[in-house]
Amino acid sequence: MENSGDKKELSVIRLWDADYHTLLTKKYLNRKPYVPQNEKQILSFMPGTVQKVLVQEGQQVKRGDTLLILESMKMMNRVRSNVDGVVKKIQVTPGESIPKNYPMIELE
Amino acid sequence: MDLKDKILELQRRREIAAKGGGDKAIEKQLSMGKLTARDRINALLDPDSFHEYDLFVQHDAKDFGMDKKELHGDGVIVGTGTINGRPISIFAQDFTVVGGSLGRMHAGKITKIMDHALKMRMPLIGINDSGGARIQEGVNSLAGYGEIFFRNTLASGVIPQISVILGPCAGGAVYSPALTDWVFVVDKISKMFITGPEVIKSVLGEEISQEELGGARVHAEITGNAHFFARSEQECFEQIKKLLSFIPWNNEEKAPRAVPKPPKAEYDIEKIVPVDPKEPYDVRDVIKAIVDDSDFFEVQELWAANAVIGFGRINGETVGFVANQPLVLAGVLDVDSSDKIARFIRYCDAFNIPIVTLVDLPGYLPGIDQEHMGVIRHGAKILYSYSEATVPKITIILRKAYGGGYIAMGSRHLRSDFVFAWPTAEIAVMGPEGAANIIFKKEIAEAPDPEAMRKEKVKEYTEKFANPFVAASKGYIDSVIAPFETRKYIAHAIEVSVNKDAGLPRKKHGIPPF
Repeated sequence: MENSGDKKELSVIRLWDADYHTLLTKKYLNRKPYVPQNEKQILSFMPGTVQKVLVQEGQQVKRGDTLLILESMKMMNRVRSNVDGVVKKIQVTPGESIPKNYPMIELE
Repeated sequence: MDLKDKILELQRRREIAAKGGGDKAIEKQLSMGKLTARDRINALLDPDSFHEYDLFVQHDAKDFGMDKKELHGDGVIVGTGTINGRPISIFAQDFTVVGGSLGRMHAGKITKIMDHALKMRMPLIGINDSGGARIQEGVNSLAGYGEIFFRNTLASGVIPQISVILGPCAGGAVYSPALTDWVFVVDKISKMFITGPEVIKSVLGEEISQEELGGARVHAEITGNAHFFARSEQECFEQIKKLLSFIPWNNEEKAPRAVPKPPKAEYDIEKIVPVDPKEPYDVRDVIKAIVDDSDFFEVQELWAANAVIGFGRINGETVGFVANQPLVLAGVLDVDSSDKIARFIRYCDAFNIPIVTLVDLPGYLPGIDQEHMGVIRHGAKILYSYSEATVPKITIILRKAYGGGYIAMGSRHLRSDFVFAWPTAEIAVMGPEGAANIIFKKEIAEAPDPEAMRKEKVKEYTEKFANPFVAASKGYIDSVIAPFETRKYIAHAIEVSVNKDAGLPRKKHGIPPF
């Protein structure tokens, strides 16, 4: 193998109760660990600029309510709540540029 | 003007047009470590075989001052020639002429040679080196791309289509290579992406270089968009010539026969594969111990290396090899290796190349990421491709063939014509450890020494089921063969399959799990 980033020495990979000696690929080593979805923590689905925050801390929100406007890909995207709850914390301010998966609003 | 003057005038015009973008632009092209389009064609084709067409084609754009611009050949060179004496069609985009940008007439030259290649049933080679759409020509440029994609699709599976990426190939332009059979890239020269670093930065704020986003290594290692990776343009041209030596000129022909040669003595097939199914080895050594002159031409060497695909010859006949690679990720099937294997099988099937499958895998790779990436859909591609292929299919089970992996890898049940197994083969629903832990769960748990009982039960299962004879007793395996008999059995299987006629039900086309 002359794959640039691969590990060159043998590792052990456990499959169906048996240990196999083998090389691991860069792609396998870099695979993303699974993070369960937390609907109470609103993350940005894309990088963008926060245009407007439409709720306040302590406010009661219902499933489907628009929480804020995130400008991304030249679109004004309404970010809605997936659950009923109370706004616990607002973690962004209008005008702020944020990356993908950035925590914006926390509900409880 | 007499004839002599007229000929001189023709020569003068040719010389000017052949200069493309002129000396300054050529100098710039060379300073980037790239050859000119014309030199590339000459380096790839047989000496003096290239004949050019449409040299005097001119664009007809009028907007944005284009009416005052003369673009020689409209930025692309097209023609026919030969490689190893066999006819070939070729186009090469000329970056020295307004960045090789694609306008209506530029695209028209390409589609004309594509139509010609299809009509004459000969391969088409496209050398891509272009900044993309010629913005001044607007929708005419988009129309040009669409016409190319349509022809790529029509010609797919009829004539071999080769894309050589020797410069930028961005935006819609990358879809032509993606529709062709083989994509060649050269380190530091090839760049392929749908949206470039500038757009990604302005829209998403993410910063990345062209090389990291879509350089040759990225496509050869990570995306699998490229099939062959070279360090220089010259090495790339050698690879193209080598590939062409293995494949037929169209789907109605067979691959050219070579002079039969035995494998090299240094590859001793009995000394490569450890008996313990959990120990690794390089399956490419097994292939080299089987094929003529130990000459194995690997495809997509760097991507999804847990599967190996490529061409070799048995007694002078081209064979497509598909193999699990125990050296990498224990040879498991996953999303990428399924794509790699399935597409290669369909290539071999379309071009009358027999498929030899070497099996040694523990199964599909478990994992949340694999499941969420759709390993069900991707894995199904292998089943689909093997089932649909009507070329001779020969499968050899070297060691383990467990569970779904056994079925997928060219099993009897997907209509392989010949299934052979080495004495080291273990054909079972799962490995002995896993199976014993399930079947004897109670006995193991209730034993005074569970670990000793577990070991005993694993041993019991191994002796009873971890062999090729259970499957052979049902007729799922045609012969259990010694490793040294492998080449002989494959050669014979190909010999007696020449008139194979595996009728499939009539249909327009199937719905493969793309």
